[in-house]
Amino acid sequence: MRTILGVTAAAVIAFGVLSAPQAARAEITPVSMMIAGAATSAEDPTPVQLDTDVYIPEITPAPAIVLAHGFGGSKEGAAEEAQLLADAGYVVLAYTARGFGESTGSISMNSPKFEVADASALVDYLGSLASVSSESPGDPTVGVGGGSYGGALALLLAGYDDRIDAVVSDITWNDLETSLFAQSAVDGVQPGVLKSLWTSLFFSSGLGLTPGAPVSECGRFTEQWCDAYVEAVTRGQVTPESAALMAESSPRSITDRITAPVLLTAGQSDSLFPLAQANANAQQIVNAPVKVVWHAGGHDGGIAETDRLRALSLAWFDQYLRGGPAVGDEFEISLVEASALSDRDPGTVEVLSAPTYPGLFGDATTEMAVVAPPQQVLAPAGGAPAAITSLPGAGGLASLAGDLLAVPLPGQTAGFVTEPLEQSMRIVGASRARIKVSSDRSMDDAVLFASLRVVGANGRQSLPQGLVAPIRIRDLGPEPVTLDVVLPAVVAEVAAGDRLALVIATTDQGFRMPLGPAVYTIAADGPVLLPTLEGTTATSGTPPWAWPLGAVVIVALVWLIVALLRPRDPARDARPDLSQVPLATQDLAKEFKGGFRAVDGVTFQVPPGIVLGLLGPNGAGKTTTMRMAMGLIRPTAGDTWIFGEQVRPGAPVLARVGSFIEGPGFLPHLTGRQNLDLFWRASGRAQGDPHLDEVLEISGLGSAIDRRVRTYSQGMRQRLGIAQAMLGLPDLLVLDEPTNGLDPPQIREMRQVMHDYAATGKTVIVSSHLLSEVEQTCSHVVVMNHGHLIYSGTVVDLLAGRSGLSLEAVFLELVGEGHRVDQ
Amino acid sequence: MSTTTSSPYVARDTLTVRVELIRQLRRRRTLVAFGLAVALPLIVVAAVKLGPQSRGFGDGDLDLVGLATAGPWNFTLTMLLFSSGFLLTIIAAMFLGDTVASEASWSTLRYLLAAPVPRRRFLRAKMIVGLLLTAMTLVILVAVAFLIALLVFGSAPLTSPLGGAFDVSTSWQRLGIVTAYIGIQLLIPGGIAFLMSVLTDVPLGAVGAAVVIVIVLNILDAIDALGDLRRLLPTDYGNAWSGALGQQIAWDDMAIGASYALVTFAVLAGVAILRFDRKDILS
Repeated sequence: MRTILGVTAAAVIAFGVLSAPQAARAEITPVSMMIAGAATSAEDPTPVQLDTDVYIPEITPAPAIVLAHGFGGSKEGAAEEAQLLADAGYVVLAYTARGFGESTGSISMNSPKFEVADASALVDYLGSLASVSSESPGDPTVGVGGGSYGGALALLLAGYDDRIDAVVSDITWNDLETSLFAQSAVDGVQPGVLKSLWTSLFFSSGLGLTPGAPVSECGRFTEQWCDAYVEAVTRGQVTPESAALMAESSPRSITDRITAPVLLTAGQSDSLFPLAQANANAQQIVNAPVKVVWHAGGHDGGIAETDRLRALSLAWFDQYLRGGPAVGDEFEISLVEASALSDRDPGTVEVLSAPTYPGLFGDATTEMAVVAPPQQVLAPAGGAPAAITSLPGAGGLASLAGDLLAVPLPGQTAGFVTEPLEQSMRIVGASRARIKVSSDRSMDDAVLFASLRVVGANGRQSLPQGLVAPIRIRDLGPEPVTLDVVLPAVVAEVAAGDRLALVIATTDQGFRMPLGPAVYTIAADGPVLLPTLEGTTATSGTPPWAWPLGAVVIVALVWLIVALLRPRDPARDARPDLSQVPLATQDLAKEFKGGFRAVDGVTFQVPPGIVLGLLGPNGAGKTTTMRMAMGLIRPTAGDTWIFGEQVRPGAPVLARVGSFIEGPGFLPHLTGRQNLDLFWRASGRAQGDPHLDEVLEISGLGSAIDRRVRTYSQGMRQRLGIAQAMLGLPDLLVLDEPTNGLDPPQIREMRQVMHDYAATGKTVIVSSHLLSEVEQTCSHVVVMNHGHLIYSGTVVDLLAGRSGLSLEAVFLELVGEGHRVDQ
Repeated sequence: MSTTTSSPYVARDTLTVRVELIRQLRRRRTLVAFGLAVALPLIVVAAVKLGPQSRGFGDGDLDLVGLATAGPWNFTLTMLLFSSGFLLTIIAAMFLGDTVASEASWSTLRYLLAAPVPRRRFLRAKMIVGLLLTAMTLVILVAVAFLIALLVFGSAPLTSPLGGAFDVSTSWQRLGIVTAYIGIQLLIPGGIAFLMSVLTDVPLGAVGAAVVIVIVLNILDAIDALGDLRRLLPTDYGNAWSGALGQQIAWDDMAIGASYALVTFAVLAGVAILRFDRKDILS
């Protein structure tokens, strides 16, 4: 019982410690409704119908949060975050943007007149709710949050609607044109190189193509956006109209107007809206507090830090919507630590922080010289085969691609390698390099891809986050052109001994490339400038030392429980009056599982200096009684005393008993002598004399004593077992069937041994089924049957009045009739 | 026959660690475990040197295995990676699972307990010697792997699969941390086996049950659908020692894993002790 209690207590404590953070949460059911937004189009003033879910928390009025979804998504995508914010006590409005899902209207890519005006209409609606707290009539306390498409909406809404009090914007753009037409050469021509794969993926996810639905060229896009897309992908061009369209939909147009505090989170693993876009937003928002976070996720996959970002968003809203504790505007950077054991393991994230946001170029710059001669590279005709650096839309696969596919194509890449790093370096931001490029022919459009790679000591290359910097050059000829290139912003820990390589490639399958072939000559012009940052490890979560500390506490607790549940001290029930009695039992009983009573109410005393026979048929309870006397089995009821000391498991008085119960037990891989020696040394009596010579003589094993026990016959083991019981000549010898396996001369010898042993004042208890044997050896007998004591006394008394009968006959009479003889 | 009285009994002299170690060391299974720890690195080195691909093994050089032949520290870590998942687990389960059960099966348990070796003292000696033999196997594996690799692959210090190389003293430090962490992780199969050993009288049953439980835990750990629930499995942290291979040591998972293993062992051993206190010895 106490065992069960102890185990249960330990388990409860362990489980409690492990699962404490998992607390139950109540569900808040949202109300779904259509809310009127802004005009459907310039021509059609009918308001669009926006599909919304409104979550009302238990306590109102409360501040409100508008959640916008990513491109191609719907309000359902925001449900989990909405639930979380509603649980935290906010009124949450999650909605599907126009042109998506159940909402009506067409996609205008966050146009101020349409999508942004829609969101303002939702803020109007929130202002009309009594459950939303407000600063003045019609001006609710409201924050806005979203990622990607929704992130741009959040920024634009904050720029256009000054009722917004807090903004959380994740992985989004600053300038749609530079996002989609990337140009990494400083002051290079615009438009840059079209991210054709990303643009196509982006556009097709807005087409709303589903199996069985009618196919249309523009899907739910407005005509203007559809035209701009077709123009871009067919000719790589940006018309003035589409440039104006993209500028309108870019936060860049209004960042200076934002006065609400902005949490800007950007993904390192993002080739669509890279860190440079978030950097531009951060630099341009000058009239509001901004906190910048470079997390490990992004449109390319990476490692999703959903939980951390959600907690951060909530803290941000708490601070600015209801006066919660300050979040602090430290710059937070996630450092991805790859797994050393498997390149399929995404790795783990460590969060660093720096007191101020340094921008793209770190708070310090390290120059590293690259030495290599000018190299010639081929831009293949048709732009194929092309290098693969990232896999847009492939999610988690993309990070794998960063390593596996980063191997440059031969003949298409020029590499400029540094010396090995003397000490490890943490690159945080965009590296810069200057290159000279010339072409073997005059061409009006040349495209190159620059990247910074890490070259391991074994020559293995890796491309941090799989990002490359596209460069577009107009009018390139044999005359070299010098270009300043800003490489992709990354967070990378470069180990000492590794090298860095500036790699310039001619192809990348994610981009639109010119079709004409060319051979370029590329040279590095000056060192590579590497941005570094002194970051400190943010003390988020449990510090590592807390775990072992907790473990030590639990281990100590287990120790304590185990110590407290130690079985009772045997000394308490000593019977000094029995100190001269080798063995005494009182009402001894043992009931095994299943209710079988092997021994039932047995009381007897063994006088000193005798040989006592314990008799009974098989199953009488003799062995169980002996085992109880040795502390091997705990009695169900009653007690046993040896020389007045109560018997418990491990009671010290058992050292005065030598036992041989139910056959011998030895280590088969050791010799007989080793077994006796080790048993004696294990028995705690090593300071005394084992009387080994006498004991060995009794065993009669001769030279076999030095053979392994494995090789012994049954009889030899039997004799070794009796010898072991006699080691140290104990005051009480308990022998169970000692003559099994012995031949008649040895049996006679054994009889003599027991007789002599008792003659020294010591006591021998022997159980046997050979009754003639017992009759010749024992002066006293205890007879048991079916667990009951039938007779206890001298052999002489037992046979008295039954003249002529042998012990055997009397025994059969006793057992056969099963009657009990009272003492 | 002499008439001297019984020898003085001192409970704390019963079944000392030294005596128990002597009893266990000459057993065949002990020698087989040590032999495996010696043979495994030799076999792997022979396979690398004599096999068809003479330049190493593995299909790439992106991870630890690909760098195995870089030097003795790399090779030793690779041996640890190979053996920690299964071989060392089985050996730990064997050394701790066979503790009580084998005595029961030899019938020596009843004689020791009636000697009397106090029951907690008996378990203490058994546990310490079981852990000691497991640690010895681990150390033998590390020492042999290191020495053979030093002879065959030269003495280049540790190259991290995450990039960069370490100097010699850092290489030793990292190897030490990894070895210690793997040793601590072995407390999980060891703890399960130890409890099983008290619960059953069949040595193979105790070892087998422990190994089966560890295998089931590993299977559960491999089921992605269980998500974060897997973080509650003690075996989820088996490979956290890879955190010691970066430029900075990532302690977090190792701290959790080591703590978890310690707590698991303490709870299982605690249950084993409480159970053994009250067990009827029928073997």
